[in-house]
Amino acid sequence: MALKSTRRSAKVLAALATVSLGLAACGGSDDGGSTDAGKDSGATKIDCAPYKTFGDLKGKTVTVYTTIVAPEDGPHIASYKPFEDCTGVKIKYEGSREMEAQISVRVKGGNAPDIAYLPQPGLLKTLVATGKVIPAPPETEANVDKNMPDWKTYGTVDGKFYAAPLGANVKSYVWYSPTAFKDKGYEVPKTWDDLLKLTDKIATDNPDAKPWCAGIESGDATGWPATDWVEDVMLRTAGPEVYDKWVAHEIPFNDPAVATALAEVGKILKNPKYVNGGQGDVKTIASTSFQDAGLPILDGSCYMHRQASFYSANFPKGTKVAEDGDVWAFYLPAKDESTKPVLGAGEVTAAFRDAPEVKAFQTYLSSTEWATERAKTCGTGGCLTANINVDPELLKNPIDNLSAKTLTDKSATFRFDGSDLMPGAVGAGTFWKGMVNWITGQDDKATLDYIENSWPKS
Amino acid sequence: MVATLLSAAPSGIPEPFLRAESTLGKFMLMFFAIAFFAAVFGLVLFLASLFKGRTGEKAQGAIFAAPAVLLLAVGLMYPAILTIIQSLRGKSGDGSFSFANYSAMFTQPELLTVLRNTALWVILVPFLATAIGLLYAILIDRARGEAFAKALIFLPMAISMVGASIIWKFVYQYKQTDRPQIGLLNQILKVFGFETRQFLLDAPVNTLMLIIVMVWIQAGFAMTILSAAIKAIPDDIIEAARLDGVYGLRMFRYITLPSIRAALVVVLTTIGIGTLKVFDIVRTMTAGQFETSVVANEFYNQSFRYDAPGLGAAMAVLLFVLVIPIVTYNIVQMRKEA
Repeated sequence: MALKSTRRSAKVLAALATVSLGLAACGGSDDGGSTDAGKDSGATKIDCAPYKTFGDLKGKTVTVYTTIVAPEDGPHIASYKPFEDCTGVKIKYEGSREMEAQISVRVKGGNAPDIAYLPQPGLLKTLVATGKVIPAPPETEANVDKNMPDWKTYGTVDGKFYAAPLGANVKSYVWYSPTAFKDKGYEVPKTWDDLLKLTDKIATDNPDAKPWCAGIESGDATGWPATDWVEDVMLRTAGPEVYDKWVAHEIPFNDPAVATALAEVGKILKNPKYVNGGQGDVKTIASTSFQDAGLPILDGSCYMHRQASFYSANFPKGTKVAEDGDVWAFYLPAKDESTKPVLGAGEVTAAFRDAPEVKAFQTYLSSTEWATERAKTCGTGGCLTANINVDPELLKNPIDNLSAKTLTDKSATFRFDGSDLMPGAVGAGTFWKGMVNWITGQDDKATLDYIENSWPKS
Repeated sequence: MVATLLSAAPSGIPEPFLRAESTLGKFMLMFFAIAFFAAVFGLVLFLASLFKGRTGEKAQGAIFAAPAVLLLAVGLMYPAILTIIQSLRGKSGDGSFSFANYSAMFTQPELLTVLRNTALWVILVPFLATAIGLLYAILIDRARGEAFAKALIFLPMAISMVGASIIWKFVYQYKQTDRPQIGLLNQILKVFGFETRQFLLDAPVNTLMLIIVMVWIQAGFAMTILSAAIKAIPDDIIEAARLDGVYGLRMFRYITLPSIRAALVVVLTTIGIGTLKVFDIVRTMTAGQFETSVVANEFYNQSFRYDAPGLGAAMAVLLFVLVIPIVTYNIVQMRKEA
């Protein structure tokens, strides 16, 4: 979830929430940054031909509403430059941490942006139900078929294609310190059993530290990192097919397959011998912010932290994130080496205004030109896109680079973050809440029953 | 150029004068609003002047009240009625009519927790804040350095709810006992040799911890109003009581308390209404997790996050119903005074 990656501090978030609500109440459209700021950045020249078919667009404006806020918004805005140069369209960018809550209000209130970057396909489904989302133009669809065929389904609702995928991230990573592993002679585990063995070995070897650290506090989204844990393990214990059924609610949430996965997660997250490095007992997982959760790796009070590729931005300035650096990530191993399930997520771009300039911009965002420009103008990382036709070597950030290779790996089976696909009431509600209750003491069965009972009946 | 600008503007608003895009546009917008206000005001005065004599007075009153009534109807009554209708039309707020949302509110265990918490807040905050404010007001009354002492307890009022919540979140901050503490409260526990605690995690103590924040903010307000009321008690009454041999607690019970009764009611009800609406503190400190959610917070979550606007509307209606008796009582009391 892109939103998750942009949540720097829950405390600041809360303060900003109030401010952004106030701004939204004042009419909204003026608090976005104009793209004029980066005029002399010397943007790349691209082929303008694909956008000629949309007619003369000079002087038109397209408004964009996203969850991506400062400092990550700058590089994003910079990547629109070639399009603006080509067409003369001005992109008005507005980022808000409250976007997910506000977008429905704005759409229902007739104040929808032209384009919204939705961090959850489940949210797209909800918005399509309002009848206000405009299906993607054929030019965009053609781009998606060419550049991100596997991801097309995440922008499709009831057989109709609405929203092209945009950014992407890989979640199946375990962050660790290569130097600490080397000093102690630990090997990066290749199978799930190896991982559990290593966990136990670390716990025995290091009485002052814990093998794992975790944190799921994230303001009113508290709980989501734990849902990622369950999804990742579910892919490994039950396999992608059962995972799909679970996400689509073809098997109940309290199915034995899910119970097995949750129990497996519990082996780590609920074992006081294994967690919570640098923080305290099991319960501290619920109150540790996800941004802080992996930092104890740096002082050696914790050895491993499962979190997505975007976590690299949370390490303090000066930390070398690389295979030979201070921290690095290994792939969360599967049952054996023959399978390689990968959990990931990303945004999709929904349009709310039927106009040629909006269609042209949608088409640009789904093009390889944009994805390339995004990789080039990338600031601190997190510039991975769903586009498989971009040269991974353009991504200078090592973890982005690794993620791009993981995403395009032919032997990997990719699955989208399940909670982002489930209905909002579960995926952004009771699943999160249920995991918080589970961490703070509720047993497996009660947790799964609670989530199952909350699934919307229709 | 004009044509392209027009296409981006809402229809009917002339370009570029009445759009807040340029400084000129902003000023024009401001002048237009002032002129519009003056025109409406002039029209009301003009219409009222047409009616004369005793019978005309009623018509005049109606005309003067009309703009306010109209705005209230559009801005308050209409949304309120819509909310009530929405609350009766299922979880999504657009289905068939039923009481499903209300029955869910009073049967689902996690929503019952929300109601329990709100009850705790509404009972504890007004009484604690008022009691502390009153005690403080009496203790510092005519003491040396009164102004300073008052400023001290009044200061938290100047801090926003979110600001106060962030401050207290630091105070409650948890770290393992053997690590350096950043939370004041846990550092104190550590100094006295106790284990550090997760104040915001363990229900139901965590709700009390949040209530303390609200009391901290509101006690200053209670103190200010009550202190003014105490000072307003006529000296002759106090002197007369002293001559009758009334001192200390009895003075408080039979003279001070009855004299400031009206102020007490105002303070209690104002804080009570503010507490029913509490949202910022809960959202900032725990986001309603760990069984600390209250009605206003849950209303927001259901409406805007869990895609259940109907259930959210039901929560809002409940809040509305709960506020009515407090407001009514407040008005009745004010009438009595007048």
